[in-house]
Amino acid sequence: MSNSLTLTTLSNGLKVLLKEIHTAPIISSWLWYRVGSRDEVQGRTGISHWVEHMQFKGTDQFPANILDKSISREGGTWNAMTYMDWTAYFETMPADKIDLGLRLESDRMVNSHFDENEVASERTVIISEREGNENEPLFTLGEAIQQTAFRVHPYHHEVIGDMADLRTMTRDDLYTHYRNFYVPNNAVMAVAGDFDRNTMLSRIRELFEPIPAGNEPVRIARPELAQNGEVRLSVEGPGATCYIQVCYRFPAASHPDFFPLSVLDSLLSGPSNLNMFSGGISNKTSRLYRALVDKELVVNVQGGAQATIDPFLYSITMTLHPKRKPEQALSALDKEIQRVKEEKVSKEEIKRAIKQARALFAYGSENITNQAFWLGYAEMFANYEWFQTYLDKLSKVTAKDIQRVANEYFKPQSRVIGTYVPKDGRAS
Amino acid sequence: MMDKHNSALPGPDDIYREVLPNGIVVLTRSNFNSPSVVVSGYFDAGTLFDPDEKLGLADFVTSALMRGTKKRTFDKIYNELESVGANLGFSSGVHKSGFNGRSLAEDLPLLLNLLSESLIAPSFPKAEMEKLRAQLLTGLSIRSQDTSDMASMVFDEILFKGHPYSRPEDGHPETVKKITRDDLVKFHRDHYGPRGMVIVIVGEVNSEDAVRQVRRAFGGWRVKGQKEALELPSFKPLKKTVSRHHRIAGKSQSDLIIGTNGPKRRDPEFMSASLGNSILGQFGMMGRIGDVVREKSGLAYYAYSSLSAGLGPGSWEVSAGVNPQNVKKATDLILAELRRFVVDGVTADELADSKANFIGRLPLSLESNGGVAGALLNIERHDLGMDYYRRYENLVNEVTADEVLTTARKFIDPDKLAIAVAGP
Repeated sequence: MSNSLTLTTLSNGLKVLLKEIHTAPIISSWLWYRVGSRDEVQGRTGISHWVEHMQFKGTDQFPANILDKSISREGGTWNAMTYMDWTAYFETMPADKIDLGLRLESDRMVNSHFDENEVASERTVIISEREGNENEPLFTLGEAIQQTAFRVHPYHHEVIGDMADLRTMTRDDLYTHYRNFYVPNNAVMAVAGDFDRNTMLSRIRELFEPIPAGNEPVRIARPELAQNGEVRLSVEGPGATCYIQVCYRFPAASHPDFFPLSVLDSLLSGPSNLNMFSGGISNKTSRLYRALVDKELVVNVQGGAQATIDPFLYSITMTLHPKRKPEQALSALDKEIQRVKEEKVSKEEIKRAIKQARALFAYGSENITNQAFWLGYAEMFANYEWFQTYLDKLSKVTAKDIQRVANEYFKPQSRVIGTYVPKDGRAS
Repeated sequence: MMDKHNSALPGPDDIYREVLPNGIVVLTRSNFNSPSVVVSGYFDAGTLFDPDEKLGLADFVTSALMRGTKKRTFDKIYNELESVGANLGFSSGVHKSGFNGRSLAEDLPLLLNLLSESLIAPSFPKAEMEKLRAQLLTGLSIRSQDTSDMASMVFDEILFKGHPYSRPEDGHPETVKKITRDDLVKFHRDHYGPRGMVIVIVGEVNSEDAVRQVRRAFGGWRVKGQKEALELPSFKPLKKTVSRHHRIAGKSQSDLIIGTNGPKRRDPEFMSASLGNSILGQFGMMGRIGDVVREKSGLAYYAYSSLSAGLGPGSWEVSAGVNPQNVKKATDLILAELRRFVVDGVTADELADSKANFIGRLPLSLESNGGVAGALLNIERHDLGMDYYRRYENLVNEVTADEVLTTARKFIDPDKLAIAVAGP
């Protein structure tokens, strides 16, 4: 009984998921909002992430410098993250202290100040965060690819936002975004750990139910158009290392094809890790490693898709071998892609992918914060059942399915290839 | 239900320790909450043994251990591991090198088997060594462009000038190019052996079974002439502040590290230094440093302090990533905080907050198998005692504000600091 799930929706629309886990005197509580960079227009890119920062700047009840100290004093860890489709806040605390986390979240769902001075000092902090990102070749390359792959859809820009917008957005822009999206009917509360579900649920009702439902947030409806032809781009920057990223169009996570594609991803580049708080495994016997790294065309290859609401990208990232040309790596990659299109994969390879997924789930279940993360995460693009049935769905995948999705999604005319061209340390 | 918590802190009654006849120390602790296991440990083959002209040798050896053994090829080793979703890796440290692996509990025998084969009988195939060298050299080329890595390297060069701790474990391109296959074979022959090795197993396995499996995999390992660990030369603290700016063109952000030496892990000042460090640059949103550099001045996305304490002299560092134009401003703010720290010390409230944080977060850090494995390694490496985590609360509570101040003054002299910057 102890591991079953409670799922309910409060009268104001807040969805609540609770999972009792009594292995440690710890509770992890997550509040998820359905807002991210997909909800941002040009001129206000990066606003969701900035609002997330402002949520740490205080309310009447928990002023900024009190807020962080109160959680730390109780031995808790807390953080927040903004993504393309969602923004999440969590506190993991000793079980008898979690009430502080719950009170804090119910308070800042409505009462954050967004003080003008705090907005000003956070502006430079976020600009500094972006400058740190810009130091990384793979950030500049990824940004260029995303803006090329998505001309219409707001997946066009990075979550951090464009520098121009970070310099010009106002306090009122931020506050309006906060009021529009931080409403209980646009949120999911997920709690896992050492509690009694009835007690927990009544406490959540007590704290959150008085918050009135808001208007259903307006969404940007700009689906990306089909891509009719391969696009190649390059970005120059400092360094001596060349990176190549090849991105194919991928379906939404709720699409049935996501599962055969996940098995295919496992075969091609090693299994993607769905845990946020637990590392993955190596990929040295994946097909792409054998064809590219073993053959000394690249020194590293990674691949993976992200679970998103709308179709996004599957990207293969290669660090080029110093003695090779990008075209050599690309042509070896194409051969491997061609192979999965033409030849059926073996049953053993599928079984292997499933065992890998099972192991990764076991690692993720060692820690309660990660289990609480799973509860809410899948709600953002599907529902919790997505996780509960994940292994089953993988085990139903056939070689025929894999061949079909390989042909359908790995099309050269719908891919973007980006190259980071190093300028050998000279200033760019 | 509540009293069945496995997270009762590890202690003498649930940690099992056995020394095998060949000297290997085995520590285990069971956790039946998840069907997985972690295997972790270290052995006496760190980078201290590297000659200057072949710096990176110990690191090259650890990277090469799984590239082929007398029984299996590189591909075969990884195929066995990855087919069951297991993971295993080696890494080098200054004094010890280490390993870390995990698998489903049912695959523990396989994991231990591959671990022992890699440690005892690596074959260092020539072709694999050249592939690996290209990968290591690319890693060094990426390092040379990473402002954070380079600031850290320059910091160690200043603080530990003339001491082995000044050297980067992964070497330099020119030293890695000089390493031959014979060097790898010889390093392995001279330094790899059961003496000084520790293996920790945590997860869904009982202790008896775990030790039996280690004995089966490692019991027969005997090495004649395994070299003794080297004595560390003495460390000379800085006599004045030394600053160095390492230029990396074309970057948007500079990394800044300001600091000095810190206590060894076993020094009596370790706990007071840890609590002091928490107040200085950890607690809440990164302590006083975070408050001044990030919250009040908006100069950086990250600004914090850290203490690194091991077998030899440690370091106590304040780090921040800032716009190249703000390096001076951030440096001044950090220096002012360090001065305040050694002049005024910490308040009773600040100390109480950090103590509560240390005690409260302990169960969280010991939640996963990896967390517990780290704790057991810590106990063994620094001889902390099996009851260390049970005594922890008292050890934390015993520290006074005066002790924090005395410790801060002992290590931090605001006029004798290492200041490293990497960026444009």
